[in-house]
Amino acid sequence: MSIQTDFQDRIEENELLNCMRCGFCLPACPTYIETQNEVHSPRGRIALMKAVRDGEIETYEQVEESLNVCLGCRACEPACPAGVNYGHMLEEALAIFNEHHQPSMKEKAARRTAFNHLFKNQKRMEQATSLLSFYQKSGLQKTTRKLGFMKLFPKHMQQMERVLPKMSKRKREPEAHFPAVGGVKATVAMFRGCLMDTLFRETNRSTIQLLNEAGCDVVVPDTQGCCGALHGHSGEKSGATDLAKKNIEAFESVDCDYIITNAGGCGAFLHDYDHLLQDDDEWSERAKAFVSKIVDFTTALVDLDFTEKSLNIENHRVTYQDSCHLRNVMGVSQAPRQLIHAVSGAHFIEMKKADHCCGSAGIYNLTQPEMSMQILDHKMESMMETNATTIITTNPGCLLQMRLGIEREGLTDSVRAVHLADYLLEALNHQ
Amino acid sequence: MISDSFLNRLKDILGPSHVDHSEAGLLTYAYDATPNFQSKPDVVVMPGNTEEVSKIVKLCLEHEVPIVPRGSGTNLAAGTAPTQGGLVLLFNRMDQILEIDKENLTATVQPGVITQTICETVESQGLFYPPDPSSMKISTIGGNINENSGGLRGLKYGVTKDYILGLEVVLPNGDIIQTGGKLAKDVAGYDITKLLVGSEGTLGIVTEAILKLIPKPEHKQTLLAVYQSMDQAAETVSSIIAQKITPATLEFMDQPTIGAVEEYAHIGLPTEAEAVLLIEQDGPQAIVENDIEQIADICEKHGALEVTIAETEQEANQLREGRRAALSAIARLSPTTILEDATVPRSEIARMVQAINQIAEKYNVGIATFGHAGDGNLHPTCMTDARDEDEMERVEKAFEEIFAHAIECGGTITGEHGVGEMKSPYLAWKVGERGLEAMKNIKTAFDPHNIMNPGKMFAKDTKKRITI
Ligand SMILES: Cc1cc2nc3c(=O)[nH]c(=O)nc-3n(C[C@H](O)[C@H](O)[C@H](O)COP(=O)(O)OP(=O)(O)OC[C@H]3O[C@@H](n4cnc5c(N)ncnc54)[C@H](O)[C@@H]3O)c2cc1C
Ligand code: SF4
Ligand code: SF4
Repeated sequence: MSIQTDFQDRIEENELLNCMRCGFCLPACPTYIETQNEVHSPRGRIALMKAVRDGEIETYEQVEESLNVCLGCRACEPACPAGVNYGHMLEEALAIFNEHHQPSMKEKAARRTAFNHLFKNQKRMEQATSLLSFYQKSGLQKTTRKLGFMKLFPKHMQQMERVLPKMSKRKREPEAHFPAVGGVKATVAMFRGCLMDTLFRETNRSTIQLLNEAGCDVVVPDTQGCCGALHGHSGEKSGATDLAKKNIEAFESVDCDYIITNAGGCGAFLHDYDHLLQDDDEWSERAKAFVSKIVDFTTALVDLDFTEKSLNIENHRVTYQDSCHLRNVMGVSQAPRQLIHAVSGAHFIEMKKADHCCGSAGIYNLTQPEMSMQILDHKMESMMETNATTIITTNPGCLLQMRLGIEREGLTDSVRAVHLADYLLEALNHQ
Repeated sequence: MISDSFLNRLKDILGPSHVDHSEAGLLTYAYDATPNFQSKPDVVVMPGNTEEVSKIVKLCLEHEVPIVPRGSGTNLAAGTAPTQGGLVLLFNRMDQILEIDKENLTATVQPGVITQTICETVESQGLFYPPDPSSMKISTIGGNINENSGGLRGLKYGVTKDYILGLEVVLPNGDIIQTGGKLAKDVAGYDITKLLVGSEGTLGIVTEAILKLIPKPEHKQTLLAVYQSMDQAAETVSSIIAQKITPATLEFMDQPTIGAVEEYAHIGLPTEAEAVLLIEQDGPQAIVENDIEQIADICEKHGALEVTIAETEQEANQLREGRRAALSAIARLSPTTILEDATVPRSEIARMVQAINQIAEKYNVGIATFGHAGDGNLHPTCMTDARDEDEMERVEKAFEEIFAHAIECGGTITGEHGVGEMKSPYLAWKVGERGLEAMKNIKTAFDPHNIMNPGKMFAKDTKKRITI
């Protein structure tokens, strides 16, 4: 099979034609804004995919480059009057390219560690992060920083290393049940997420506690794994499909009203399982049932009147960076803001272009460091205009990227980035 | 095809990073928002200032390379599809608002500024730039000027041409000229400013513009009226104008549009209704309130089923939602969407909408119509599939009949989208053979070697005029 025939078989012509080339998506696209080049715009990327399909372009490297520079943030989708499902076409196109050729050595190395070793295997992820934890705790971190060991890596990787969170000491409880406080309003199952479960285990605990306070019985099925987003977004489709099936099975084993996520990136990918498995007779219905239960924790908390609780924090200025996938795929943008508004003492200042991607985008900041840093620097300019001392996010990738931005601007002493769940718990416990 | 020496000289003028001839680069500048037009240019360039533009033009003249100036490529007339190859000229690097002059109420801008950026910037200083095409989030002022774009506020405030006081233009021989100025009155010679407005990149390249600004209206109110019949809605429009009220916005949607919008957005519009009017007034609060009250009365008098006046900005947004969603709702229904802009005198609207619906039925094609009722500018929008040759033929016939009908009613083939390549075979229908000849003579006087956007505005052949 050639790349062209794969495009013909797997990327729907109707979907490509549905793009009427109106350009309305251009101002929403961070890579177009940075480059001012149609090659790096949604309209251009769709035209390039169509050109591959129609045999109108020969230099596939240029098409692939364009797709690799795409953040996958899907801000182009809500902006599109014709309802073009760009994200699905992007994933399919990346998967086809990935199946057909050898990525560059650098990318390969980054991918191999990221995908096969870490994300696909929860145990290994834990080992890797325990290593990180050991490295942080042992004091080695200080020594290596001094020795300049990290200088061997690109600058932004060094900064990245500095912003990685401290590992949690807390051990994860296996198949656990966390009872509601007061009456039970709903029974929910919690999706852990691999990054959230390792680097941000505290945030998962905060989320569960908030849900308990809001009247949810929370169960955490033990056999769940990574959502597969990082695989899917990078063209590793079969890896993503395996993970999807594993997760559907894991959650079928518990009886719940909702499946809760607290990472926009994971939530959106889980939300798309029905698309991922649409051609699989055995799984498509099960995927639909699974998807119908996916709810972000912010939506759940607002629905359960968590905003009525007494939430206090000492007076300070705060701003919110949207998680692209939470906003553009799951359509959640108001709930997080409503929750922040419910905290007295929090002076909320909307940041300009808060709905634009921060440049983290999965492993984008590893594979496209230059574009990622350019986007981040512009993001930080908008952030600083708000004079906020707290940046809130709802996704681990964004959180790390925000911390990286703070580090790059030399603001570590005055500005902090926190996950909304941790922030709300702080407000709930505040006396 | 262009030569290596031509390319090298371009790179000398602009620096290599501002000259793109990669295959992907050429492909992504091969089209605009017009269905069924795609043709690759030979090179895409990004000049940074007027002098560079002038040098490029001289070089192109020497090599007889066509120049296609391009803003954001959102025009609907194939005005920027490089059907004769050549050089696509971008203005992304000439995108600054150079000055806002509060004493003379003008803004001086470069051609690549996004329309919405201009509106927001001047409004933040209490001023107002009224022309607001639906594409303003992404359209450039250079594109607006060259299409003489209209917008929702056209009825009360006019269109782009009413706000252009002066231009800096690079002529097809490379000369740089200034026209007009920060002047309300200026009769020194021919009005080249107005000639350039709406010239679709065929006479010269706009490299700077002086825009007229007005004070920002202090208050705004919104009303929505639903009708059982199109006639009642049309009578309402006429009657509002007869009462000497000029609303800022007077938009309508017909029955197929209402159906599509309701199916898509679920905002509670009665799908059996034949017409919806969205009316807005702006100005001093007391006057606005008075006007809106009168308008509501007129709507009711003419048999409106429902009249809703927004009390808050949030409510106003809800009322606008339907009209705003019209294109989205229609575009989703089929792979190909053809957005037209036949325009008739205001008094002919009801007749024209009826004719459009009959024509759609006759040729068995799906057409929904919405648009600017206040100024007779209709958007009959066809839902079709470019791959279906048989249907496309019927679509073309239907549109020809719509154009003919519009002209019959004293209207035009295009109210705001321009002629470009797509409508060039019909231009003579509106302006006549003699009129067309006069226009061609102007073109030749400016651009004897036909390097500026060739193939646009003037077709090889005029379509045979159909009679109805
Ligand atoms: C969904 C949709 C809705 C629309 N709604 C409206 C509407 O409400 N009202 C309306 O009037 N139009 C509308 N349009 C049409 C279009 O957006 C306008 O014509 C707009 O002004 C084009 O701007 P642009 O920057 O995209 O210009 P382009 O499409 O890039 O160019 C338009 C023309 O201007 C020429 N040009 C551009 N810049 C220069 C320059 N600096 N010097 C010389 N020539 C130049 C080009 O050669 C071309 O002929 C709509 C289009 C779409 C897709
Ligand atoms: S997903 Fe994001 S980066 Fe990619 S084309 Fe869409 S808006 Fe641009
Ligand atoms: S907004 Fe949608 S239809 Fe318009 S160019 Fe972008 S993807 Fe295509």
